[in-house]
Amino acid sequence: MSDFLQFEDVSKHYGAVKAVDHVSLSVKQGEFFSLLGPSGCGKTTLLRILAGFEQPDTGRVLLGGEDVTDLPPYERKVNTIFQSYALFPHLSVWDNIAFGLKVAKRPKKEIQSEVEAMLALIQMEDQAWKKPDQISGGQKQRVAIARALVNKPRVLLLDEPLAALDLKLRQRMLIELDLIHDEVGITFLYVTHDQGEAMSLSDRIAVMQAGKIEQLGTPAEIYEAPRSSFVAAFIGDTNFFDGVVAEPLEQHTVLDGLLSVAVDKDYSRLKIEDFPDLECFNDKQIRQGEHVFLSIRPEKFRISREKPEGRPHLNILEGGVEDVIYLGSQTKYWVRVGDYRISVIRQHSRYLLDEKPIRWNERVWLSWHADDGFMLEKYSEQDEALLQPPPEEVGETSEPGAGAS
Amino acid sequence: MKAGARTRLAEWLVTLPSFVWLGVLFLVPTVLVFAITFKPATPFGGIGEGWTLDTLRTLGNPNYPAILWRTIRLSMLATGGCILLATPMAYYMARAGAAWRRWLLLLVVLPFWTSSLVRIFAWKVLLHPEGMLKQALVWLGLAGPDAMLLYNENAVLLVMVYTELPFAILPIYAAAEKFDFRLIEAAKDLGASSFRAFRSVFLPGIRVGLLTAFLMVFIPSLGSYVIPDIVGGPTSEMVGNKIAQRTFVDRNLPHAAGLSAILAVAVLAPLLAIASLRRRESPRDALREEGV
Repeated sequence: MSDFLQFEDVSKHYGAVKAVDHVSLSVKQGEFFSLLGPSGCGKTTLLRILAGFEQPDTGRVLLGGEDVTDLPPYERKVNTIFQSYALFPHLSVWDNIAFGLKVAKRPKKEIQSEVEAMLALIQMEDQAWKKPDQISGGQKQRVAIARALVNKPRVLLLDEPLAALDLKLRQRMLIELDLIHDEVGITFLYVTHDQGEAMSLSDRIAVMQAGKIEQLGTPAEIYEAPRSSFVAAFIGDTNFFDGVVAEPLEQHTVLDGLLSVAVDKDYSRLKIEDFPDLECFNDKQIRQGEHVFLSIRPEKFRISREKPEGRPHLNILEGGVEDVIYLGSQTKYWVRVGDYRISVIRQHSRYLLDEKPIRWNERVWLSWHADDGFMLEKYSEQDEALLQPPPEEVGETSEPGAGAS
Repeated sequence: MKAGARTRLAEWLVTLPSFVWLGVLFLVPTVLVFAITFKPATPFGGIGEGWTLDTLRTLGNPNYPAILWRTIRLSMLATGGCILLATPMAYYMARAGAAWRRWLLLLVVLPFWTSSLVRIFAWKVLLHPEGMLKQALVWLGLAGPDAMLLYNENAVLLVMVYTELPFAILPIYAAAEKFDFRLIEAAKDLGASSFRAFRSVFLPGIRVGLLTAFLMVFIPSLGSYVIPDIVGGPTSEMVGNKIAQRTFVDRNLPHAAGLSAILAVAVLAPLLAIASLRRRESPRDALREEGV
C-alpha cells in the first residue's frame, strides 16, 4: 500500500471563499509530508478535514484504504499537535500524556508504562508532575508531541507546531522532530508557512496557494525547478525578469567540415527591455511571443570585476553594485542593471588575504548558465506582491522595554 | 527601598476606605449580633442588662434544627438546580457568535429590571389555584384540579431557582468565556466523546466560575425570607422567616440575633473550609485564581 493517506477531490468553502479547491493528494506510509503556503492558502483547513474538525463539501479522505470522511474526530486514528499546544491546564504533564489512553480505557499498568516510555522519549521524566504553566514553551511542545504519539496514531498532524517558539528553540525542535520521526516511523503531515521548516524536514512538500496545490515534489525539486512564479517567489529568494520569448536558439555543429544549423527547441532567446538578449532553458516549450518571467536564484550568479569569457549558453550582464552585505559564510550584493535591482549571493569558499573585495559603487559583471534560470508563466494578479523585492533582512533585535515588569 | 515603602503606603491608603467600610458596616454588626445572642430580652422588645444563655437554651427546641436543616436543604437544592441549568446555558453563550451572545446576556439580566418582589408575586399569581399555570397544567392533564402548587416546599424551591439563576449564569459564563475551546478539540482529537470532553476538560476549566456560582447562590439562599413568605406555607418556613417573626411579631431581639448567628456560622463554616482547602492544595494556584 503505497498511497496510505489520500485526499480525493476535496473542497471546502466558507461562504464565497474557497478554502480548499478540489485538492487530490496522496501521502505514503511513514512519509514526512508538508503542506506549505502563506496564511489563508487552505493548508490548515486540509489538516482539519483530515483530523475530522471540518467536513469537506466535496470529495473524500481515505486512510489506509478506509473512507474516514464521515467519522467524528474521536474515531479517527490520527492525532494532532496544535499550534497553541492545547495542553490541558488543570492536568499535570503526566496526566496530559495519559489522557488519550485513559479515554480509551486501557489497563492502568499499560498506561503507566506507555506514559513513562513517552516521558523518556521527550526527556522529561523529572517534570512529570508539573502543570503546563510551570514548564517552558519548548517543553510544552514536547509534551504535546508525547500526548499525541502515545496513542500510536496512523498519521501525526502537526499544525504550525513551531510557530510559537523563538528562533533558537525552533532550530532545536526541528532536529528533535526529525529524530522523533525517524524513531517512531509513523506518517507525519506537517502544516507550515515557513519554507525553512518544510525544506529541512520533509520528504515531500505540497506548496499551496488559494486552496490549490501549486507544486508537489521533494524539497530540491521545488527549490531548483519551481513550476510557477508563485512557487519560485515563495520558496527562497529569487530575481524575476519580465520578458518576451523570442526565437529558439540555433545549434551549430561542424560535421565533416560542413556546418549544420539546427533549431534547438530546449533553449530560447528571451527579450528583456534594456537588456542584451538572454539565452534561456525552455523545458516547458513556451511559444515565441509569450510574456514570461525569468526566475534566477541569487546564488546562481557569478559576480566578477573582469568580464567573463563568452561560452555557449552563458549569459553576461554588466551592472553597478548598490549594496554589499557581508554575512560571514557568504556575501550578498545588490546589483543595478537597467530597471532591475538584482540580488546576488556569493558563497565564500576560500579566503585570500590579498583579495580585494568588491565594494559599493563598483562596476561588475554578472554571469549565469542558461540552465540556471527558469522561464515561468506570467503571475496572476494576487502573486504580484510576492514579486516586489523582499525587504532587507534585519537581524534579531531585542526590543527595549519589552517584558519590563 | 524608598520607592517601595512609598508604594506600600499608597496601597494602604487606597485600600483603607474599603477596610473602614467593611469594618464598620459588616464586621462590627456581625460581632454585635453574636453578642446580643447572649443578652436577656426585655418584655418590651429591648435588650436587657447582663449576660445569659437563655436564648441558646430556647434554640435547643427541636423545631429549630428542623427549620435550619430545611433551610440548608432547600438552599443546596436551589444551588444545585441553578448550576445544573446555568452550566449548559453558559457553555452555549460562550460559544455563540458575538451578536447573539449580547442578546443572550441581555436576556439573562432582563429580570433585574423588574423588582424581585413583583416577580415573586407574579409566581404567586401563576401558581395560584385559579392561576394561569395551574389552569394550563390541569387542562393538559398534568395536574389534578385539587393539586396545590402554592404554599409548599416545591413552590419555594422553584421560585428560588428562578430568582437566583442569573447569579449562577453570570460567573459561570465569565469563566466559560475565558475558556480556550481549542482544548475541547484537543480532547476529541485524543479520542474523547463530546460529553467526555465536556466533563474532563470544560468543567475543570471553569471550576472557579462554578465555585463562585455556588457561593453566589447558596449564601443568599440561606437567608431567603421573602420567597418562603410569599409562595411558601407553614411547612416550608425557613430560618429567615423565623428571624422576621422574632423581630417583628415577638419583639425578641436576642432570639432573632441567635438565629442570625447560627445562620452566619452556617455560611462561614463552608467558606472557611473551602478557603483552607484551596490554600493547602497549592498557595500559588489559589493566588492565581483569586487574582483573575
